[in-house]
Amino acid sequence: MTTQDSQQGHLQGQLKGELKDQPQKYNSMLVTIVTESSLESQLSRELEGLGVQGYTITDARGRGDSGSRNAGWDADSNIRIEVICSEPMSETIAKLLEEKYYPNFAMVMHCHGVFVLRPEKFK
Amino acid sequence: MIEPIILFFVLGIIAGLVRAELRLPGPIYDFVSMLLLLAIGLKGGIELAKQPFLTLLPQILVVFVMGLILPLIGFPILRKFGRFKRADAASIAAHYGSVSVGTYAVAAAFMETQNIYFEEHMPLLLVVLEVPAILVGIVLAKGLSKETQWSSVAHEVFAGKGVVLLLGGLFIGWIAGSDGLDSIKPLFFDLFKGILALFLLEMGLIAASKISSLHKYGLFLIVFGIGMALLSAVIGTGLGLLLNLSIGGTAMLAILAASASYIAVPAAMRISVPEANPTLSLTASLGITFPFNVLIGIPVYYELAVRAHAIFGA
Repeated sequence: MTTQDSQQGHLQGQLKGELKDQPQKYNSMLVTIVTESSLESQLSRELEGLGVQGYTITDARGRGDSGSRNAGWDADSNIRIEVICSEPMSETIAKLLEEKYYPNFAMVMHCHGVFVLRPEKFK
Repeated sequence: MIEPIILFFVLGIIAGLVRAELRLPGPIYDFVSMLLLLAIGLKGGIELAKQPFLTLLPQILVVFVMGLILPLIGFPILRKFGRFKRADAASIAAHYGSVSVGTYAVAAAFMETQNIYFEEHMPLLLVVLEVPAILVGIVLAKGLSKETQWSSVAHEVFAGKGVVLLLGGLFIGWIAGSDGLDSIKPLFFDLFKGILALFLLEMGLIAASKISSLHKYGLFLIVFGIGMALLSAVIGTGLGLLLNLSIGGTAMLAILAASASYIAVPAAMRISVPEANPTLSLTASLGITFPFNVLIGIPVYYELAVRAHAIFGA
């Protein structure tokens, strides 16, 4: 075993040790989409069409490639959509957004594993 | 004497340009714009109750045709002289064929202050003008493509906040009549100018944010934003004469023609022509045409209507 391997093994052990007291590793994915509010009704329909069980939409403000979007006025405001779903569903959502919306809309999507109670609610 | 509401707009622009920490909270802006749209609709509805709908049909038709023609004039200019991409030119042209309720509200306040009569059913024509330019814009961008999701576009246009509140206000005013609305008059009519002042403060802030992005898009947008407004005003004045409108009514039609949309059209274009860059059209309509119309255009168009009536009027 090289020194590097031993360091990695130690690190993994440390992480496992830290996770031991955590409830579990993630059992669902949290998909977060930040995009233009003009897409709200269209994206809601798309997500429902894909079969997600639910989503949460909040108003968002910020600055990025598309300039400052300060949420004061419809055409210039952003929303944040959060979906808790299964891993395959998160991949389906990512594919849809990448193909259909990324080229023309201000949009950021990221996802990560989350631990939820009642995971059967989020397919 | 300068209208105080115009000074609120100027304050908004200055505050925006110096990056003051000033912003109308989102829900307040929503509330203020809802009140304005409803008030404009209600006033129009009261007037509609006084006359048979059929007598207005020729005006509705002519205004609808004007909404079809204006983007057809703007599009080739944007393509040839502005060298914009097809989608961008179509989107900007659609903004200029449609109307700005904010400009209408300022014009109505101007007419009231100056004691100028105008046909009060103008809000009906305002609603009529919202729609045709959007359709022309989409066809100019895409042709009669099967890909266009017409149902989404129709939903965006007819279920959009502007059209629902204006038409809803017209309907309520029409049913209730002037006496029926007495109980809600203090909120919608007596406070109209105060509400408009707040609205214009926010519009000034938004316009300033667009003005600051102007340097990216060059001189052409400035020339187009002012030139197209003036040209459309001349067309509106001509049609006002044709329809035998009063001087105030002719000026109002010129103002409607000269204004450029920044609520209904941007939303519809984002859905139906997503490849068009919204910054271009909003910079032109909000950064140039809206301030020009509010600060300079409205009295100029009124003067144009006065002179046109003196020369060509019956």
